[in-house]
Amino acid sequence: MIDPKILADHNITIEEYKRIIRLIGREPNLTELGIFSLMWSEHCSYKSSKAHLRKLPTKAENVIQGPGENAGVIDIGDGLAVVFKIESHNHPSFIEPFQGAATGVGGILRDIFTMGARPIAILDSLRFGPLEKSRNRAITEGVVAGISSYGNSIGVPTVGGEVYFQERYSKNPLVNVLCLGMAQTNKIFFAKAEGAGNPVLYVGSKTGRDGIHGATMASAEFGEETEQKRPNVQVGDPFKEKLLLEACLEVMDKNLIIGIQDMGAAGLTCSASEMAARSGTGIAIDLDLVPQREEGMTPYEIMLSESQERMLIVAKKENVAEVQRIFAKWDLDAVKIGEVTRGGKLQVTSRGQVVVDLPVEAIVNLCPSYRRPARKPATLKSLQALKLPPLPSDLEKVFLQVLSSPTIADKEWVYRQYDHMVQINTVLLPGADATVLRIKGKKKGLAVVVDGNSLYTYLDPRTGGRIAVAEACRNLACVGARPIGVTNCLNFGNPEKADVMWQFKEVIEGIAEACRAFSIPVTGGNVSFYNDTEGVSVCPTPVLGVVGLVEDISQMVSPGFKSEGDIVVLLGETKEELGGSEYLRSVFNLERGKPPAIDLEKEKRVHEMCLEAISLGLIRSAHDISEGGLAVCAAESCFLSPARIGCVLDLEGSLRADALLFGETQSRILVSLPSSNLASFLALAKENRVEAAPVGKCGGRRFVIRCAGREVINLPVETCWRTWKEAIPRLLSLPQD
Amino acid sequence: MKFGVVVFPGSNCDHDTLFILQKVLCQEATFLWHKDHDLGRVGCVILPGGFSYGDYLRAGAIAKFSPLIEEVREFAERGGLVLGICNGFQILLELGLLPGAMLRNKNLKFLCQHVHVRVENARTAFTHRARPGQLLRIPIAHFDGNYYAPAETLHRLEASNQVVLRYVDENGEATEPANVNGSASNIAGLINAKGNVLGMMPHPERASEAVLGSRDGRLIFESIILWR
Amino acid sequence: MKVRILVSFKESVLDPQGQTVKNALHTLGYDFIKDVRQGKVFEVELQGLSEDQAQKVIPEIADKVLANPIIEKFSWEVLSEGKKVSRN
Repeated sequence: MIDPKILADHNITIEEYKRIIRLIGREPNLTELGIFSLMWSEHCSYKSSKAHLRKLPTKAENVIQGPGENAGVIDIGDGLAVVFKIESHNHPSFIEPFQGAATGVGGILRDIFTMGARPIAILDSLRFGPLEKSRNRAITEGVVAGISSYGNSIGVPTVGGEVYFQERYSKNPLVNVLCLGMAQTNKIFFAKAEGAGNPVLYVGSKTGRDGIHGATMASAEFGEETEQKRPNVQVGDPFKEKLLLEACLEVMDKNLIIGIQDMGAAGLTCSASEMAARSGTGIAIDLDLVPQREEGMTPYEIMLSESQERMLIVAKKENVAEVQRIFAKWDLDAVKIGEVTRGGKLQVTSRGQVVVDLPVEAIVNLCPSYRRPARKPATLKSLQALKLPPLPSDLEKVFLQVLSSPTIADKEWVYRQYDHMVQINTVLLPGADATVLRIKGKKKGLAVVVDGNSLYTYLDPRTGGRIAVAEACRNLACVGARPIGVTNCLNFGNPEKADVMWQFKEVIEGIAEACRAFSIPVTGGNVSFYNDTEGVSVCPTPVLGVVGLVEDISQMVSPGFKSEGDIVVLLGETKEELGGSEYLRSVFNLERGKPPAIDLEKEKRVHEMCLEAISLGLIRSAHDISEGGLAVCAAESCFLSPARIGCVLDLEGSLRADALLFGETQSRILVSLPSSNLASFLALAKENRVEAAPVGKCGGRRFVIRCAGREVINLPVETCWRTWKEAIPRLLSLPQD
Repeated sequence: MKFGVVVFPGSNCDHDTLFILQKVLCQEATFLWHKDHDLGRVGCVILPGGFSYGDYLRAGAIAKFSPLIEEVREFAERGGLVLGICNGFQILLELGLLPGAMLRNKNLKFLCQHVHVRVENARTAFTHRARPGQLLRIPIAHFDGNYYAPAETLHRLEASNQVVLRYVDENGEATEPANVNGSASNIAGLINAKGNVLGMMPHPERASEAVLGSRDGRLIFESIILWR
Repeated sequence: MKVRILVSFKESVLDPQGQTVKNALHTLGYDFIKDVRQGKVFEVELQGLSEDQAQKVIPEIADKVLANPIIEKFSWEVLSEGKKVSRN
């Protein structure tokens, strides 16, 4: 009865099917095949990426939990731990931007609170097509509204993130959401199903037909027929999730349960089999007991449903009544649907019939691991070749053009829609290099950032991977934080293409090198392959989420200039590096060249220098130089100063003026300090073997830059600010095309 | 003065408000569960921000039927001090303890940002620690804060000094751009005729510590603490 | 018996959602759109009530819960086998 057509519908190859038969000693029935198709999908099994992901460093003294659980856990001292992870929800967000993004938030929140942590922050990394097209505007508006509706309602602040715009994301936008939670180290919970005879409880929303095969959808390319996949998208209910969150945290706080897992992508199937597999046990479930929202659902549909806001709990036998009482307090039912068994099987019955009888090991751990062929794209060499366009005569005009590029422009339109202050911990608001959260009652704080420049990774995946980590850590250094842990979301095209696989492999190498150089562990993350629409892959887009610790938040530094007369100092040196720059992209429509080089040892010295200067109280502002180069960095330091003061900068050097202004040479930070601290600062820089050059002064109402003595920009700060501020709202108000 | 902070299942500023009252202002304060029927011996009830029951129908629409809210209504009728912040303000409107209703923000977007409000009436239980006309910098965070009332109601409110807070720009002018959500007459906060029930959209609990960038919100809590 | 209740803003209240839809339609060239009012629809299934009883109780529900009478008005209709009975 299982024929090639059915296998194809389930994205299972003939070889995989033969392996299934070998593992279970017979042909699976349709429900069982559905289970394999989910659990052996790329999304759940990491079958193409596993071999490469092993290269990432995952160990460090502070790691309580590395990859393999719902989220990573890092010890931050004082009996506290941070729990964090990043996840993608790309495909659903393209099909239904609002609900796709909203349920993405819901899913990652559950990953965090199932570990016993209260979510304290959300960050999102978004990639859309150019806003000139109304379809892209609709996706942008929908995604932002979806994130906002879910996060705001549940009361977890969305404190930061990044947004990039590029043509290749038009038909494949990326929505990556990071959630950070805080837990007590002695109250962390895992997805375990221990103790035969212990009850398996179902809590949360009822099961409907929504989202059936979402995980397999996330593991296939988009084609013309994607529009028809609409019913696959789930609808989120943040209010229900708020109830779940409070109830789950309460039962965990009272130590009433053994294990808990979210029924996210791959639903009941995934949570039941993974919990059992982790504990070497089995689980028996009676589907007649599963709360259902629709009538006449088949076992196949119930097992594969991806209805949101549901959890599976293994409780201690004697605590069931108390668990149920707590859920009832929050207007939720906790229904016993089965129990933990011996023998390592997932056994499912429906109306007295056994409908599934599979070894959990086969479902969870015996999926084939592929070493897919990887080949350097033939086009890469020509892409890296760059003949620079002649130096524009009017650099002032070009500067305004760069400032109004939506990738550079102010993102207030986005974060104003997010409640970024609820929980009253956000002490450095969105818009800075990294967001800083205080920990109530403690001197220290947390800093968190998401980062990834996909143009760099497109042009040189390994360098791009290194830079993604380096820049995120540099962002942390700018606010005075030391990195303590990394999570990553790796968004790539179809891994069955050798080009894509090569990009993937290279990016991982780059990330691994940088993490080792900065001695930070990767505690988990997510791989999203098949970001292709109609044969075109997105740029390889690794998004790095890095969490840092600020020893003393009273010393925290922000990017805005603070006082008239302060000296502006450039840390690091500028080279002629315009390849892959936002300047070439936004002004000349050139996406080529080699991205800036990076020396990880030097990068580390720059971070140390910055951190030391902050802890000695030498500097008043620090801002990372990234997309848009020094000119944009300095302009933002003016925009983010409380009184929007200006500055006058003198850039020396024999480089082309556009390379001085807009080049994206790495390992650079722009700081400002009172002149009385200059000597100590320069001495410190020398000690740290970091170049430091005073380049100008803060003050006045104008933004002035001279290159090798020639004035190239002289504009009122107000003009620059308006250009930067109004760019995104202006594009969004374009008439429909 | 003992404070009671009402907790609906979808409240999300309940912990923040309690934290400020207990840890920053060193007051006696307790949570009041929405299913209970007893306010205890509190002197001031705070309806905090959030999404009471999900607010899928209208902000605050379901909360008005909760058991505890019946007690709050009686408490208010007896002259007890009631402060509704954001969602709490929306609930007070739905309950009819304050006149008018909330519409979607004029730009149809959720708005989270710092705003300036001007104290229009500094003789209330909630504002007497402020100077008349004093500017306060306090954040807002809401989707439905576009205050509406029929013209005659607005006249009455203005005539009897019931408009307590108004959205203004940084110079203290009640301009159109400063009125970010589109409220009638730039209204950000209202008091009832008896003077014991205040609703306000800005979140004073988010502006009560220097580390959060503003302490202006404290004036509201300190006024309550020092009233009579 | 199934009843459909329609809640919309009163004429005197500005309806920003409706205005936005109207503007969008205009930019698409549908110049003949004179006005748009957005509202909410509730489909309510009743059990064990006669139509007379429904007549009494529906306005009560709409007034008390579904609509906010300060800004909204409502109308309703009975949806039963093929025939529609509209009420205001």
